Amino acid sequence: MTSIILLSVFGIVNLFVGFLKSKKILLPLALLFLIVVFGVNLLGWNNTQTYFNNMLTIDNYAVAFTGIMVLTTLLILPFSQSYIDAEDENLAEYYSLLLFSLVGAIMMVAYENLIMLFIGIEILSIAMYVLAGSNKRSLRSNEAALKYFLMGSFFTGVLLFGIVLIYGATGTFDITEIGAANVMADGTMNTMFTMGLLLLVIGISFKIAAAPFHFWTPDVYEGTPTFFTTFMATVVKTAGVAAFYKLMNAAFEGSFTSWFPTVIAITVLTLVVGNIGAVIQPSVKRMLAYSSISHAGYLLMTLVAFNDLSENAIFFYSLSYAVASVMSFGVLKLVEDAREGNQSFAAFNGLGKTNPLLAFVMTVSMFSLAGIPLTAGFFGKLFVFSAVIATGNLTWLVVLAVILAAVGIYYYIKVVIAMYMQPAGENTKVPVSGFAALVLIICTILTILFGIAPGLVSNML
Amino acid sequence: MNQIPEIIRTVPLEYYLFFSTALFAIGVIGVLTRRNAIIIFMCVELMLNAVNVLLTALASYRGDATGQVFVFFIMAVAAAEVCVGLAIIVMIYRNIRSTDVQLLNRLKW
Repeated sequence: MTSIILLSVFGIVNLFVGFLKSKKILLPLALLFLIVVFGVNLLGWNNTQTYFNNMLTIDNYAVAFTGIMVLTTLLILPFSQSYIDAEDENLAEYYSLLLFSLVGAIMMVAYENLIMLFIGIEILSIAMYVLAGSNKRSLRSNEAALKYFLMGSFFTGVLLFGIVLIYGATGTFDITEIGAANVMADGTMNTMFTMGLLLLVIGISFKIAAAPFHFWTPDVYEGTPTFFTTFMATVVKTAGVAAFYKLMNAAFEGSFTSWFPTVIAITVLTLVVGNIGAVIQPSVKRMLAYSSISHAGYLLMTLVAFNDLSENAIFFYSLSYAVASVMSFGVLKLVEDAREGNQSFAAFNGLGKTNPLLAFVMTVSMFSLAGIPLTAGFFGKLFVFSAVIATGNLTWLVVLAVILAAVGIYYYIKVVIAMYMQPAGENTKVPVSGFAALVLIICTILTILFGIAPGLVSNML
Repeated sequence: MNQIPEIIRTVPLEYYLFFSTALFAIGVIGVLTRRNAIIIFMCVELMLNAVNVLLTALASYRGDATGQVFVFFIMAVAAAEVCVGLAIIVMIYRNIRSTDVQLLNRLKW
């Protein structure tokens, strides 16, 4: 709760600091704010509090996921160097919008009431619509903003209709009370409840980019400036999956049989579409967009498993995925800035010779996303798969996921091959700012550290 | 003001349910078939208002104020969405002099 208030105040302060002529102070200030929020958030550990008449609960689950999201934002911000250098960029507004959308993300993991879930999703999304179109003169950015906005508000309507139908069936928005309500006895109410549940699942699946509601993802990720794509791929997805799991766990545990077929169908479809789609992409950014769809599929597998191991699996997977995504999108942003916006695989040719550091970071990130041992991504996948195995009768899903993960190695390795095996040609050295280099090194260390000693964070919840 | 829920209750609940489902369906069909960004946007608003109607009716029938409070939240959020949405549409109109979504095809799967 304190972190929500602090983030809102800091966002406004950031806007006012934007009036100053020099833009140099903005980045250190925003980083300082986020470090404060990160620290304050940790104070809530093992100290469960409820707020606003039981509408928000800050428990360990909320604190852990807030921690991931604040940390990710902290790691993303230093990549805004090109905005600091440009004269006409509204840097203070971008930082403020990121801080405000983080407020929505925190509400999405701490809600105790469907009203708060809706408000959280909207705070997060509306800020993202603006940021998707932040490059006003680029038609691609415009198109991404419009697509994201129209589809996002459409699926918000679907989500709302679901919430209302569930309210009609149970008479409450509180997720614990919904879980306790017995609606199965009455035929009409049961139909309303099932329809509402289906619409709710569709609405949230859209937010985490699960197939068949993924069609916006590649287009929006590609058109959005890379700096904000990083935020979309990490914070928005983490918040969405955490909210999804919390919803199912608290409100719909009793109606497991009625949502399980839908969720397992979505999961299988997401895994297949994400991994197969990524293979045929010509540009690295679109490949990463499809890979983020496939990671939504792996994250949804924990929901299919739905047992004691799920929470920790989601936590570890989100953390490893977020850190690896910051690395891959961060390197992509640095490379495309140096290559006049070229996002194809050819832009990475010879990076191993011109920038050994960037090439190494990108390699570690690709290995982590692919799930190769000694990186955090390997244990992320391991925990998810063991959660599914523990259910006993879903081994076929794990087999499918492992096969598709092997497909994933193919398209991740393509980047590594371009960096180390291809001649540099006309590609010159990529300039890297001090902050960005520091962040990339921290992320690499984290990825390898969690890959060697996953026990540090894997049993927190 | 006390009698407004009673007036709402003079119509059976099923009617509200069918009415708002129909309104919602019209909105969905509009979003899927129209090409003008502003009309698509209007259809989205229609969907949100279908939700509002149903919420008000359900809250009156249950004698529970929570549902009606939620209507205010939806209205406020819809207003914020209108701001951002119209700004995005104006930005696009400035660049391509049209609000036809079919002209936006630079990004393809």
